[in-house]
Amino acid sequence: MRDGIGTVDIYVMGKQYRVPETLTILEAMEYAGYQMKRGCGCRAGFCGACATVYRIAGDFELKVGLACQTKVEQGMYLAQIPFFPGRKAIFNLEEIKPSVADFAQLYPEVFRCLGCSSCTKVCPQDIDVMQYIAYIQRGDFAKAADLSFDCLMCGLCVSRCPAHIVHYNAALTSRRLYSRYLAKPDAFLAERVREIENGAFDAELQELMESSRERLQELYNSREIE
Amino acid sequence: MAYTPQLRELMKKVEETRPSRVGNPFPRMTPEERQEVLKKFHPDYNEEGFREIRVGVDKGKRMPTEMADVIEAYSRLKGVALDLNTFDYDVDVLIIGGGGAGASAALEAQAAGAEVLLVTKLRFGDANTMMAQGGIQAADKPNDSPGIHYLDVVGGGRFENIPELARALVMDAPLVIAWLEKLGTMFDKKEDGTMITIHGGGTSRKRMHAARDYTGAEIMRTLRDEAYNRGIKVIEFCPAVELLLDKQGRAAGAVLYNLETEQYYIARAKTVIIATGGSGRLHYRGFPTSNHYGATADGLVMGYRAGAKTIYADSIQYHPTGGAYPPQLLGLLVTEKTRGLGATPLNVKGEQFVYHLETRDVESSAIIRECKERKLGVPLPTGIDAVWLDSPLIEQIHGEGTIERQLPAMLRQFARFGVDIRKEPMLIYPTLHYQNGGLLINENGQSTIENLYVAGETAGGIHGTNRLMGNSLLDILVFGRRAGRHAAAKSKEMAAPEGLNLDHLEQYHRELDQAGIGAERVSPMLLPRYTHR
Ligand SMILES: Cc1cc2nc3c(=O)[nH]c(=O)nc-3n(C[C@H](O)[C@H](O)[C@H](O)COP(=O)(O)OP(=O)(O)OC[C@H]3O[C@@H](n4cnc5c(N)ncnc54)[C@H](O)[C@@H]3O)c2cc1C
Ligand code: FES
Repeated sequence: MRDGIGTVDIYVMGKQYRVPETLTILEAMEYAGYQMKRGCGCRAGFCGACATVYRIAGDFELKVGLACQTKVEQGMYLAQIPFFPGRKAIFNLEEIKPSVADFAQLYPEVFRCLGCSSCTKVCPQDIDVMQYIAYIQRGDFAKAADLSFDCLMCGLCVSRCPAHIVHYNAALTSRRLYSRYLAKPDAFLAERVREIENGAFDAELQELMESSRERLQELYNSREIE
Repeated sequence: MAYTPQLRELMKKVEETRPSRVGNPFPRMTPEERQEVLKKFHPDYNEEGFREIRVGVDKGKRMPTEMADVIEAYSRLKGVALDLNTFDYDVDVLIIGGGGAGASAALEAQAAGAEVLLVTKLRFGDANTMMAQGGIQAADKPNDSPGIHYLDVVGGGRFENIPELARALVMDAPLVIAWLEKLGTMFDKKEDGTMITIHGGGTSRKRMHAARDYTGAEIMRTLRDEAYNRGIKVIEFCPAVELLLDKQGRAAGAVLYNLETEQYYIARAKTVIIATGGSGRLHYRGFPTSNHYGATADGLVMGYRAGAKTIYADSIQYHPTGGAYPPQLLGLLVTEKTRGLGATPLNVKGEQFVYHLETRDVESSAIIRECKERKLGVPLPTGIDAVWLDSPLIEQIHGEGTIERQLPAMLRQFARFGVDIRKEPMLIYPTLHYQNGGLLINENGQSTIENLYVAGETAGGIHGTNRLMGNSLLDILVFGRRAGRHAAAKSKEMAAPEGLNLDHLEQYHRELDQAGIGAERVSPMLLPRYTHR
C-alpha cells in the first residue's frame, strides 16, 4: 500500500477485513482474498453483475450499490446478490404490437404496481423506475423506452418489488417494441441494403481488394474527409 | 471534489487556454510523423514486451510475454481422467462464449436449423460487448459507400488486413445494422428515422451509429433477449477448458467446466465456434485494462493447442483515453465518442499536443510521448502522469446539455467518484483495450482446423494491426453471423463425429516438456486473480 492512504474496516457477510479506503467494494473483496466468480462482470458499471446491499454500522438505512462503482466506507456491512430470479416473457417481436393489450399478455403484473416507489429508490442508475412502469401502463412506450434506457438489469428493483414485477425485462420489451414499431425505419439504410444485395458495389470492392499496398496508401492519404 | 487542490490549480491552465482553442483546430500529423511517433512510443514496437513462441503451429512467431505465458502452458486437464465418449451434451453447433459474437452466431445457426448450445464463463452478456460505448460503423449514408469504408479500415489497419475479411466487414455492415434495427435495437435516430452518425478516430465519413453511450449494452441485451425468445440453450458459469477433436483431427466438441460445482462435462458437437473475446486481463506490459473480467485469452489458448494458426497475435491496441484519476477509474474506458464530440487532449500547460482524432495507435503514442519524453504530463497523487481531456469543451461547441444527452454513462461514472465532466476536464492515459489479431479465419469464420470456427475479438486478420473504433462491434456481428450460418450448414452435411479425443494435448505437452517449460504453468486462465494475499 502506498503511503498516505488510510484504511477502513468492512464486513463481508459479517466477517471483518481492513482494506485501503480508495478501493471499490469489488476491489476490497478481492483485496480481502475473494476470487470472484459470480458478482463480477464488466468491473465498470455496465453489466449489472455486482448488485450489493449494505448497511453502515450505526445507521438504520439499508443501502444498495454496484460493487464496482461504490467506494468502501468505514463500518460497511455488505453482501452481494449473486443471482435473483426474474421471469422473462417469451415473445415473437414480429407478432406483437406496441399496445397495452399485448403488453398485458406478456407482463400482467406490471399493471398491479402498488406505487410504493421502492424500485426507484433502489436503482443504482438513478432511473425513475416507477415512472417508466407508469408509462408502460399508459401504453406510452416511447417514454418508457427513453426513461429506462440506462438500465443495467442488475435486478435490485426486482428484489424489492412487492408486486412481483420484473422491471428490467418489462423495460427491455418496451424498448424493443418502441424501436421496432414506433421509431421510423432508416430509409437510407434500407436503400443501401438494396444496393448491396443487387451487387452495386461488387466491382469497386473487387478492384480495391486487388490494389497494391502503394495504390491503397495513395488512395488513403488523398481521401476526402467529411 | 475528487481533484486535490494541486490538481485544481493545474486545471486553471486548461480553463485559461480554452477560449483560444475553440474554433482553432490542431493540425493532423503527416504520414511520416505518424510513423515516427509509433516507432518510438507504441508498446507494440518495444521488443522488451515480446518473445518468440517455442511450441505449437506458430513456433517462432512473436507474442506479448504475458500471452506467451498462457500459450506456453499445460492443460488444466493434465492428469484428469475423463470419459470422452459419454456425452453430457450432444448438439450440432457448440458456441463457446456469450458476448456479441457468440449471441449472433447462436441466433443465425439456430435460424439455419441447427441445434445449438451456447456455453459461457460468466453470465450471458458479461462480456466486452456489454461495455462498448461509442458506436458501430456502417456505410449507409448517401455520401458514403462500402468502398470508402474499406479504405478507412485498411488505412487504419496499416494495410495489413486480409482483403477478403475487410470486404466482408464493410459489405455486411449495413446488413447488420438493418438486422439490429428489425430486432428492435434502440439506435439514436432523428425524427424521420435517419440514424444519427458521427465521426470516430480514423473515419473519413460520419458513419458511427450509436445508442447513446451504451451502444454495446443495447446490442447485447437485445441479442440476448432474442436468444431467450427463440429458446436457445445457454449454460452460464460453465467455460470451455479444452477442445475435443475427432478421429480425423477435426473439432468435435469441448470439455466444459462448471465453475461452481467444479465438475467437467463433455459436449459433443459437429461444429464448434470459439467466441471467447479478448485478453485485456492478461495486463500486457503491466497496463491497466478496459476489458471485462473474463477477457483472459481462453479461446486463443484452446484453439492454438488444437493446432489453429494465429495472425497478428503480437498486435495489441492501447486505447488513448483510459481513466487515470480518481484511482477507482484507473484503466476504465473513456469512450472515443468524447473526442468525437470535440474533447481534446491537453498537457500540463493546458496546450493541445496532438489532433484529437488520430487513429488510436497514433493518439496513444502521442500521449505516451507527451508524458515520457517531453515530461509535460499532469503529475497525479497516485504517482503516475496523465494528460487532460477537455470535456467541458464539448458543451462550448455543441451547447449545454450535450454531455448529459450524449454521454450519460461517462457523466454518471465520473460523478460517482466526484468529478463533474461538464465543468471539469478528465484525466486520462492509454489503457490496454483490444486484441487486434487472434486466430486466423477466412470470410466464413473458419479457422485452419476443420469444423472449428472463430468469431469476434478472438479472431484475427480483419483489422490488420490496428482496429478503428466502431469496427469491432461490427466485426463480431458480421463474423458471428457468418460463422453461425456456415457452421450450421456444415453440421447438416455430416454425421456425428466419432472417436473423440484429447490426443493433441499429449503432443503439446511433449513439446512443452522438450522446451523445458515447467508444469506449474497452466491455462486457460479462466479467472484473473486480484487477491492481495
Ligand atoms: C470498454 C470497451 C469499450 C468498447 N467500445 C467499443 C466501441 O465503441 N465500438 C466498437 O466497435 N468496439 C468497442 N469495443 C470493442 C468491442 O466491444 C469488443 O471487441 C467486442 O465486443 C468483442 O466481442 P466478442 O463477442 O468477441 O467478445 P466478448 O463480448 O468479450 O464476449 C466473450 C464472451 O466469452 C466468454 N468467455 C471467455 N472465456 C470463455 C471460456 N473459456 N469459455 C466460455 N466462455 C468464455 C466471456 O466471458 C464473454 O462472455 C469496446 C471494448 C471495451 C472493453
Ligand atoms: S461488474 Fe458490471 S456493473 Fe459492476
